Amino acid sequence: MAQANTGPEMTGAEMVVQAMKDQGVEVVFGYPGGAVLPIYDAIFQQNDIRHVIVRHEQGAVHMAEGYARSTGKPGVVLVTSGPGATNAVTGLTDALMDSIPLVVFTGQVPTFMIGTDGFQEADTVGITRPCTKHNWLVKDTDKLAETIHQAFHVATSGRPGPVLIDIPKDVQFATGTYMAPPKAKISHYQPKLKGDLDLITRMVEMMETAERPVFYTGGGVINSGPAASQLLREFVEATGFPITSTLMGLGSYPASGDKWLGMLGMHGTYEANLVMHGCDLMLNIGARFDDRITGRIADFSPHSRKVHVDIDASSLNKVIRVDVPILGDVGHVLEDALRLWKARGRKVNKSALAKWWKQIAEWRAVNCLSYNNSDKVIKPQYALQRLEALTKGMDRYITTEVGQHQMWAAQFLGFEDPNRWMTSGGLGTMGYGLPASIGVQIAHPEALVINVAGEASWLMNMQEMGTAMQFRAPAKQFILNNERLGMVRQWQQLLHGERYSQSWSESLPDFVKLAEAFGCKGIRCSDPKDLDDAIMEMIKYDGPVIFDCLVEKHENCFPMIPSGKPHNEMLLGDADTAGAIGSKGAVLV
Amino acid sequence: MSPLNIKQGSTSHSAYDLRDPNGDVIEQHTLAVLVDNESGVLARVIGLFSGRGYNIDSLTVAEVDHAGHRSRITIVTRGTPQVIVQIKAQLGRIVPVHEVHDLTVEGPSVQRELALFKVSGKGDARIEALRLAEIFRANVVDSTLESFVFEMTGTPEKIDAFADLMRPLGLREIARTGVAALSRGA
Ligand SMILES: Cc1ncc(C[n+]2csc(CCOP(=O)(O)OP(=O)(O)O)c2C)c(N)n1
Ligand SMILES: [Mg+2]
Repeated sequence: MAQANTGPEMTGAEMVVQAMKDQGVEVVFGYPGGAVLPIYDAIFQQNDIRHVIVRHEQGAVHMAEGYARSTGKPGVVLVTSGPGATNAVTGLTDALMDSIPLVVFTGQVPTFMIGTDGFQEADTVGITRPCTKHNWLVKDTDKLAETIHQAFHVATSGRPGPVLIDIPKDVQFATGTYMAPPKAKISHYQPKLKGDLDLITRMVEMMETAERPVFYTGGGVINSGPAASQLLREFVEATGFPITSTLMGLGSYPASGDKWLGMLGMHGTYEANLVMHGCDLMLNIGARFDDRITGRIADFSPHSRKVHVDIDASSLNKVIRVDVPILGDVGHVLEDALRLWKARGRKVNKSALAKWWKQIAEWRAVNCLSYNNSDKVIKPQYALQRLEALTKGMDRYITTEVGQHQMWAAQFLGFEDPNRWMTSGGLGTMGYGLPASIGVQIAHPEALVINVAGEASWLMNMQEMGTAMQFRAPAKQFILNNERLGMVRQWQQLLHGERYSQSWSESLPDFVKLAEAFGCKGIRCSDPKDLDDAIMEMIKYDGPVIFDCLVEKHENCFPMIPSGKPHNEMLLGDADTAGAIGSKGAVLV
Repeated sequence: MSPLNIKQGSTSHSAYDLRDPNGDVIEQHTLAVLVDNESGVLARVIGLFSGRGYNIDSLTVAEVDHAGHRSRITIVTRGTPQVIVQIKAQLGRIVPVHEVHDLTVEGPSVQRELALFKVSGKGDARIEALRLAEIFRANVVDSTLESFVFEMTGTPEKIDAFADLMRPLGLREIARTGVAALSRGA
C-alpha cells in the first residue's frame, strides 16, 4: 500500500479522537491514567464525543457492552496501560463469548520502554489475545488511523466481537498523517453473508415435509439486526412452526406470540425442551449448541434432522453434527429461505403440525413455571411477575446479573423486541448487570432501564452507582435479595449433600442507606402486599433507585436439567430432585 | 416424568448418528496456513492450539513473500475428523489468516523436513555411521576426527529411521526443522 498519504497532519492522540468521530462514535466509556494522558487531552479539547468516566475499568467495558447490545452499534472504551488494561480483561472475555462488538483503546508505555518492565507496563496484546477477536499494538503514528478504522471493521463484521488497540504513549504524542475511513485499506477480512442456495433449498424442502419442526434461535438473530428478527417473525407466522430461543436470543420473536415456547436449556421451559428432544426437524438460527442448551450430547434431540445457520464456520459441526450447515448471516439466509419457500408454494405438513401442536399443548399444560406463592414472604418469581405486569408496554430495557435471579428474569419477563435484554450468557459474569444498565441508559436516556440483580452479583460492581449519579442515568437496580449466592446454594443442595459452603451473603450493606450515601433513592420491600406500590415508586422516581427486594431465601430455580442429563430428564420442582444428579453430572458445571 | 415415546425417525432420518462412527479415529493432517507476517500472528496460531487443546506434531514458519509480507505456516496436527474440521475453521477465524489448506485431503502433496545429526565416535562405529549416511543420502556438513554433523532432507519417517540407526553409533544431538509441504502438480 504505497499510495500517497495526503490526509491532514495531527498527533496520534488527535487521530484517536478524529477516527472515533469519523466512525460515528458518540460516547466513550473510560478511565484515565499516565499512558493515555495525551488522548484525554485531545478529548478535553472537543465536544463531539462524550466521555463517561467510570469507577472501575471492568465497569467501562460492561457499560460499553450494554450500550452496544441495546443499539446495535459498537461500544467504545478507553483505559490506561497496565492495571487499566488488566481490569478490562473480564469485560473483553464476556464480550467475546457473547459476540458483542467493542473497540477498546489502551495506553501503553512508550515504544522504547516496551519490554523493560516499565511502570504500569503489561503485555496487553499478549494478555488480551485470547479474549479479543483481534488486537493490535500500534508502534507508528502513521499507521494509527488506518488501524483504528480496521478495528471498527473487524469488531462489527461477521460474528461481532471485542477488539483492542494498544497505543504507546510516544505514538500518541508523535505527529503523523491522518487517513479518513474510505481511504483506509480495509483488510481481507470480509465474512460471507449470503448462504449457499443449494443448502437453503434443502432446508426449505425439509420444512415442507417436517412433522415436528422447531425454530431454535439464538443471539445471532439479534446480532444480524432488527430486519432479521422481522424475517424470523414472518417465517414463524407463515409456517406455524413453534419457536424457542436461547438466553441470548430473547426478544427476536415476541414472548406474546402464540408460537412462542419460552426459553430452552438448563432452566428453560418444559415445553421448549421437550419440543427440542422430540422434534424431527430442528432449525438452529444463529445459536451455537451451547452446553446449557444441549444437556447430554449423546441424547440430544435424537430423532431430528438438523439445520444450522451461523456466520461463524467454526460454530458449524463444533458440538452437534448437523445435516445442513449453512454458513451465512441470519438475515440474508432467512430472506433467501423465506423467498424460496414462498415461491415453492408455501407448503407445510398441516395435519402433522396440528398433531404436533396438540402434543405441545399437553406439555404446556404442565405449567412448568408454576411455584408456590406466599402471602408472607416475597417469592422471587412473584416479584418478577409483578415487575412484568407493572412495566408492560413501557419503553423498557432489562439487564441482569448472574444467578438464579437471571434465570427467573428470563422465565418471567416477556420480551417483545430485540435489543431489549442484556445479560451475560456465555461467561456468566457476576457484576455485569449494573454497569450494563448504565450503558443502556446512556444510549436510551428516556427509557425505563432495570437491572434485575442478585445481592451478591450487584456488590461486585456497585461502585458504578457513582457513575449513574454523575451522568444522571436513572437505571433502576432491582435486587432480589435472598442473602445467598442463590445459584451456588441450589447446586450445593442438589449436588453436595446440602453442605452450604461459603454460599451466604454475610455482612450485607444496608442497601437503602447505601442508596442515600450515593445520593439516589433506596427502597426496601419485604411484604408481598407492599410490592406493587414499591415497584411503582421505583418506576416513577426520576433518578437511579436501589430497590432491596427481600425475597424467600431458599427458593430453587426450576425447571432444571441437571448437568449431563438429556432434555427429557428435567426436574420440575423440589419433589423431583432426590438423587437426580449422579456423580457423573457433578463434575460438570 | 414420562419420557417421550416417538418412533425413531418417523418422518426422516438424520444423515448422522449422534455418535460419530469415526469419532475415535485419530488422523494426522498437514495444514498450510497463509498469514500476514505481522507481529503476534504465530502466537495467535499457537495460542489457538494450546487454548483449545489441539495437538501440534510439528510447526514451521517463514516469510515466503517478502513484498507482500506473507508467511506460510505448516502445521502437522492430529485429531478426530471432527476436531480436524474444527481446527481448520478456528484457524480461518483468525483475522490475519488468509488461507487454510489441508494438504492431507486436497490431493497428493510432498512433505520434507531437514535435520542435522551430530554423531561422535571412533573406529568401526565412525565408519559405520558414514556408510549409513551415504545409503541415506545424508551430507557431511562438519567433521572432526571424532565427530560428524550430517545433514539430511526427507520425510519425517526417513529422519526417524536414520536417527534410530545413529543412536547406537554415538548420536549426540539432533536438530529438526519440522515439516514443509506443498501440494503436487501445477
Ligand atoms: C465473577 C463470578 N464469580 C463467581 C461466579 C459463580 N456464581 C454463579 S451464580 C453465583 C451466585 C450469585 O448470587 P446472587 O448474585 O446473589 O444471585 P442469586 O443466585 O442469589 O439470585 C455465583 C457465585 C460467577 N458466575 N461470576
Ligand atoms: Mg442472592
